[in-house]
Amino acid sequence: MTEAYIYDAIRSPRGKGRADGSLHEVTSVSLSAQMLNAMAARNGLAGHVVEDVIWGNVTQVGEQGGCLARSSVLMSDLDERIPGLSINRFCASGMEAVNLAANQVKGGAGAAYIAGGVEMMSRVPMGSDGAAIAVDPRLAMKTYFVPQGISADLIATEYGFSRQDADALAVESQRRAAAAWADNRFARSIVPVRDMNGLTILDRDEFIRPDTTMEGLAALKASFKDMGEVMPGFDKVALMKYPHLERIEHIHHAGNSSGIVDGAAAVLIGSKEFGEAHGLKPRARIRATAKIGTDPTIMLTGPVPVTEKILKDSGMAISDIDLFEVNEAFASVVLRFMQAFDVDAAKVNVNGGSIAMGHPLGATGAIIIGTLLDELERTGKGTGLATLCIASGMGAATIIERV
Amino acid sequence: MTADFTYAVDADGVATITWDVARKSMNVMSLEGFALLDSMIDRALADQDVRGVIITSGKKDFAGGMDLNVIAQMRAGGAQAIFDGVMQMHGVLRKIERAGMEPNTLKGAKPIVAALPGTALGIGLELPLSCHRIIAADNPKAKIGLPEIMVGIFPGAGGTTRLVRKMGAMMAAPFLLEGKLSDPKAAKGAGIIDEVVAPEDLLARAKEWVLAAKEADLVKPWDAKGYKMPGGAPYHPAGFQTFVGASAMVHGKTMGVYPAAKALLAAVYEGALVPFDAALRIEARHFTSVLMNPSSAAMIRSLFINKEALEKGAVRPAVADQAVRKLGVLGAGMMGAGIAYVSANAGIEVVLIDAAQEAADRGKSYSEGILDKGMKRGKVTAEKKAEVLGRITATTDYAALAGCDLIVEAVFEDPKVKADVTAKAEAVIPQDAIFATNTSTLPISDLARASARPKQFIGIHFFSPVDKMMLVEIIKGRQTGDVAVAKALDFVRQIRKTPIVVNDARFFYANRCIIPYINEGIRMVAEGVEPALVENAAKLVGLPLGPLQLVDETSIDLGVKIAKATRVAMGDAYPDAAVDAVLFWMADEGRLGKKANAGFYAYDAAGKRLGLWDGLAGKFPVAEDQPTLTEVQHRLLMAQVLEAVRALEEGVLTDIREGDVGAILGWGFAPWSGGPFSWLDILGAARAVEICEGLEAAHGARFRAPALLREMAGKGETFYGRFAPEKRAA
Repeated sequence: MTEAYIYDAIRSPRGKGRADGSLHEVTSVSLSAQMLNAMAARNGLAGHVVEDVIWGNVTQVGEQGGCLARSSVLMSDLDERIPGLSINRFCASGMEAVNLAANQVKGGAGAAYIAGGVEMMSRVPMGSDGAAIAVDPRLAMKTYFVPQGISADLIATEYGFSRQDADALAVESQRRAAAAWADNRFARSIVPVRDMNGLTILDRDEFIRPDTTMEGLAALKASFKDMGEVMPGFDKVALMKYPHLERIEHIHHAGNSSGIVDGAAAVLIGSKEFGEAHGLKPRARIRATAKIGTDPTIMLTGPVPVTEKILKDSGMAISDIDLFEVNEAFASVVLRFMQAFDVDAAKVNVNGGSIAMGHPLGATGAIIIGTLLDELERTGKGTGLATLCIASGMGAATIIERV
Repeated sequence: MTADFTYAVDADGVATITWDVARKSMNVMSLEGFALLDSMIDRALADQDVRGVIITSGKKDFAGGMDLNVIAQMRAGGAQAIFDGVMQMHGVLRKIERAGMEPNTLKGAKPIVAALPGTALGIGLELPLSCHRIIAADNPKAKIGLPEIMVGIFPGAGGTTRLVRKMGAMMAAPFLLEGKLSDPKAAKGAGIIDEVVAPEDLLARAKEWVLAAKEADLVKPWDAKGYKMPGGAPYHPAGFQTFVGASAMVHGKTMGVYPAAKALLAAVYEGALVPFDAALRIEARHFTSVLMNPSSAAMIRSLFINKEALEKGAVRPAVADQAVRKLGVLGAGMMGAGIAYVSANAGIEVVLIDAAQEAADRGKSYSEGILDKGMKRGKVTAEKKAEVLGRITATTDYAALAGCDLIVEAVFEDPKVKADVTAKAEAVIPQDAIFATNTSTLPISDLARASARPKQFIGIHFFSPVDKMMLVEIIKGRQTGDVAVAKALDFVRQIRKTPIVVNDARFFYANRCIIPYINEGIRMVAEGVEPALVENAAKLVGLPLGPLQLVDETSIDLGVKIAKATRVAMGDAYPDAAVDAVLFWMADEGRLGKKANAGFYAYDAAGKRLGLWDGLAGKFPVAEDQPTLTEVQHRLLMAQVLEAVRALEEGVLTDIREGDVGAILGWGFAPWSGGPFSWLDILGAARAVEICEGLEAAHGARFRAPALLREMAGKGETFYGRFAPEKRAA
């Protein structure tokens, strides 16, 4: 079987996902095209050089609708013979794009792909594409649907994480992200966002709050308590599925949950021959990929079973992994991952994560693969695992290995 | 046979269709009635001399709804027959709504107005909703609404689709999901009806409207171009919030066990995404699915048909009317005071006796408290309050009982005290008066020994709080005669509650089933089952209170008292030592339940329940291995249900209808199931026996399937097949 390699991984800085965020003025298609152009320019790609662009994106309406992948290719300088495929696996869309591309290469369906994703959360609000699982009573009741924040709090309750545990993880994410920036650890992957004149719009993650303290976080109000306990009372629905619990402890708030941001990322994936033909040096092999479905109510525990699956499928043990990227969708998701595998926190999200820098839904999966690769190279380590929890109860994972 | 509807056209060309079902005080819709209405609408639309139509009633009310017996019959035809039948109704109502208009121009319709003299429920409102205007008489006693959900179905003749399109999902929710009823003014305020007029002007105003109506008045908003659902359709930003919240609220409130609520919401959502006629079709599909669901069949049977049959005297002996004129209540404690209130409120003169005048007065002031609350809510007038209180004489003097035709004794649960007041009362009351005891624990036949007239001695067991609980359990002692039974039944009918009649045995029927339920929950605590799992398992199967909360409410020392008495009565056969280990320990710890602000739950100083008491795990640690939810539910249900079967086997219960209705009204037994016997029928006797065998193997002989159940499993019988009321009477 052909192997699939990562040749390059880039990302935009992440802008605050609000009207006053720096990237709010940039269209989804423009930011995507900039990523594609940067990827082509950095690697000297020209012509019908990749098989496809697989682009993760969650909220596929408005400017992100109408097959954003194809629109982005056409907006970019890429050859029009490269088509474009938009995909949605919620928060793992960017990872799924990479995994899908890698598996296409492995299966011989094309020598190379650009895979990644984008989410302009300030421009196309989360949830604005609708969702039967939340709105259709038959499905909502069949699945005991609750919003993600309730699920995150349910994880904390079920597995015994306190508000202090979650806040401590958040403070550490902020500290690590700030330290990583101070140490220029993202230098290789960051592609500044520019206007048509070449003027810089944003060149660093602007969501980070390095001054975050436990005391500061302690003052924040739990975000999901009211919708859980009062209107419309989602806790009751979750507890119907988890009847051994008497109540849900609401520990998550804006400071220990992932930030709403704008951003994009891209990864160049190809076979060995592709690299040789274009004079590119592979940085890592995509050793294994996995996805799984889980209980949609607790929803966000996917990283645990999907990691079990990917390790089993690839004949590996948790101890074979040198570094982990576990998307910080909510603090409890990462806490649960570390608890389940008894993994040292020093190996997980070493340069901070989505709590500090934000979580542009469709892009994050590709971002963390790049972050993982950069850190493996910086520290001279070999193997890394990236994983994300996913809405509606799913999980995805990728294992990469430096070559 | 007289027709359900009559048709007349006046000199101005206004046709009046009058609904007046013969030999019924309230109009109900039958299939024949619907066909007749259809033909009259055809006639009015076809007759060029008819300018418009008034649909009204020849009775003081408009209609009480669909004849639920018809719904029960419709089910026999299967899904296709139900669906076709419902679509036919939609066709008639849609014909009324469009009234001959040209579909493209929306012109040419004849005005059709509904004129409601009084109550309009169910189809009695769905029919008006299809008309172009609803005018109601200003009759504050009239109830307007769609109560279908209360009996396990939902408005399935367009009421769901029309009300949502008229008011929006959010505003329609209380009327559809809770079956909220309104008087005409409130219904007008909510936008359900259009106009309220003085009763004497009703028909004149309806005619005036028909003659003045313009083309635009006859086009429903949803038939007009550019219609948008009020409050937003599901994927409109505002509608999104409503629908996401609605599923969670309905799911949480119904614990997922009521198919009608789910189907209703699904019909609303799916219907909101398509044009009106498609929405009606969707409503019909979901309505069909609900009618085909055994839960709705069981709910209609128990909560409507059989409840009403029992209230109307299905088991009453054939003796002359025994309505109570003057009631004596002995003991003015909580039960006595409650009995005095409901009786006085029903127009019965009451003598309320206690040993001390102060206690008697306190008992009377209980009524005052309830009436004051009613006044605050605008439900009770000052005159009414004075009238009700005026009927209650609070005294210590037994001589005041002279002329009482019924006595209800509600003194302390001590045979000596009871014997004493029985003798005192019998010395004063007329020879033919009936004496009833409200005991909940003492055998009636034993107490009857204190009576000089044991044939006139009976048990009338009320549930607490008396003014809220709808069931009254009537217990026949060995010597109790028919007149006493009839007296008790007539009394219960006067106070508008639902009676069941059972024979005398330990704890009668209700408590006999409730006690094992509580005990099973406590037993699980002793075994190390997570207390939250015990409580939630109960609620998730539609029981109103978990067993631990229930024993907190009824008090743990009462549990101890009953356990001790049962132990004495049963001797070595006493099976509940494991329960007592927990119960007696709790009592020793002073955790006597809600009244002590400490029980299986923790409470704050104001008595608000905070959560399960965390000290319980110190004495009864939570086990590593926990049972499945289903196993816990089977234990909690079978503990009650097997007791009901044994009560039937032993002849304590003589009618399964009473067993089902009594369980739902008496202790809130899973209403969705239709009651213990209906639940066993849904489950199937064979499956029930199988569950029992599993439980018996794991947990002991208390789960052994009774012989009756085994026999039925062998023969493939159901309770309602084997013990059908008509067979019983034969």
